[in-house]
Amino acid sequence: MRWANMLELRAISKTFGAIVVADAIDLTLASGEALGVIGPNGAGKSTLFNLITGLLRPNSGRIVLDGVDITNLSPEARCRAGIGRSFQIPQPFDHLSVFENLAVAALFGGGLSEADAIQHCGRMLDLTGLEAKANRLAGSLPLLDRKRLELARALATRPRTLLLDEIAGGLTEAECHELVETIRTIHAEGVGIIWIEHVVHALLAVVQRLVVLNFGKVVAQGVPGEVMRSREVETIYMGVPA
Amino acid sequence: MSVESIPIPASREDRSLEVPVWQMRVGTRLSRIAAVIGVVVVLALAALPAIASRNLIQDLIFVLTMLTLAQLWNALAGWGGLVSVGQQAFVGLGAYALFAGIVMLGLDPVVAIPLAGLFAALIAAVLGPLLFRLEGPYFAIGSWVAAEALRLICAQFKSLGGGTGMSISPGELSQMVGLKTVQALLGLRPAAARDVLVYWLALALAVLVTLGIYAFMRSRMGLALAASRDNAAAARSVGVRTARIRHALWIAVAFATGMVGAMVYLQKARISPDAAFSVTDWTAYVIFIVVIGGVRTIEGPMVGVLLLWGLVTYLAQYGSLYLVVLGSLAILIMLFMPKGVWGEVARRRHVQLFPTQRWLARSR
Repeated sequence: MRWANMLELRAISKTFGAIVVADAIDLTLASGEALGVIGPNGAGKSTLFNLITGLLRPNSGRIVLDGVDITNLSPEARCRAGIGRSFQIPQPFDHLSVFENLAVAALFGGGLSEADAIQHCGRMLDLTGLEAKANRLAGSLPLLDRKRLELARALATRPRTLLLDEIAGGLTEAECHELVETIRTIHAEGVGIIWIEHVVHALLAVVQRLVVLNFGKVVAQGVPGEVMRSREVETIYMGVPA
Repeated sequence: MSVESIPIPASREDRSLEVPVWQMRVGTRLSRIAAVIGVVVVLALAALPAIASRNLIQDLIFVLTMLTLAQLWNALAGWGGLVSVGQQAFVGLGAYALFAGIVMLGLDPVVAIPLAGLFAALIAAVLGPLLFRLEGPYFAIGSWVAAEALRLICAQFKSLGGGTGMSISPGELSQMVGLKTVQALLGLRPAAARDVLVYWLALALAVLVTLGIYAFMRSRMGLALAASRDNAAAARSVGVRTARIRHALWIAVAFATGMVGAMVYLQKARISPDAAFSVTDWTAYVIFIVVIGGVRTIEGPMVGVLLLWGLVTYLAQYGSLYLVVLGSLAILIMLFMPKGVWGEVARRRHVQLFPTQRWLARSR
């Protein structure tokens, strides 16, 4: 049995002192949906991911996954419940090899046996184009490969909901196209995706719905094309007075 | 409703996997040769008391106990990222628990050693949650403060000699389990036989601790520990219970450290709070061994302890100049070989006697 909404944020608020980074955010991700999130720097996009994955606790509001309240679960328990993420600034395990970075994710987050984890990691390295560098230390990778590693490691946890934080930034046109294809493949397998991205054309090639965040609030959401033409987006990005 | 009750959709169920495409290996041919040599060395060391002088046995007790402490600190700080400068707390607690067991409870010393380890582990389990609220340098200082506090507490026990310490008379140790056998076997007087017995115990513990740490680092929990050290937030985000792993490591290291303390002071038969809780003897030297030998390797502490032994042996006659040389050497090695002597050899020659990296390759 599946719920219509796999992930629900109900009136999530978070403040750092006087600064409001999430202001009563209501957000749902339907089962297998691909959702894009845009917004200016400091709008609270990465904070949103930290709230969903549990690295930050909200001041108020609930987070519900498949009908279960996960607001008080630890990040590690949320990962095992099926939420995988990539970090905007890559956070590799520097002294472990690329393969070992994935292996720890597959064994713990993915709950796989060692034999299954090896095969799963191999497939994910193949999918993300990192197989040739599987045995290099993650700390020795150039930035683009670190970004690939973020995606590969998140996939190694076998997520049902995948949170991607600006993974297309800095890619060439060809690399960006490849990445879009990879994410489409993942999405086609039934994985729900929330993708924060400034490279809007890559985002629009994948997502079915778009949310615009500003000052910790959802200011617009809906069909991507319409949202991009909306007054709110124009105001934020072009400075056109509302 | 708990997490376990979340239904698992089809996409997360195990698909029946096809023929394995990838395979993983850890060992190398060199590591298998090293294993054989290791067995031979351990057997030779075990047989050594038959021919060795009492002086050499006492030196080797120093080498083996320092090696064990170095391996334990390397596991804690090198692999676990828990840079403690308070490990003397557990040496001291183990030593005091041993003396308390012998003097107050009338236990046999050999039986008291594992109990001393358990006592140290118990205190570590209580201290852990407090110290883990601190991170990095604050944790280091906190662990030192905790050790100092424990030293002061131990000095309050009048029945254990208070601040000046106490000795155990040879008579009390003469009935020790195994002592008569060793005396008969090697034809030794009780005092020399006690050294041999402690030497064998220290050898056994050094081997067990080294192999235990090696097996742990190659296991899935070792992988999780290394991930937690490199990036705790990322490790939690891929499903690793970082706090639990660190706490378990901290307790296990304290258990073995307590047993080392008990063995060292069983051989010395004299204890004082200042000696048993000495930050220089039980932490500074230990860090020196690991840093000059090579952090995060099993070989590093072995190389480091032999270097320290050599320096102690040949420089002891120069008095305090010896500490100056030791300090200068540590600084030079840190500057020019940041990975330590063994780390440098491993980097240049690509040799690893105890490899831990998991290599992935396609099967065909």
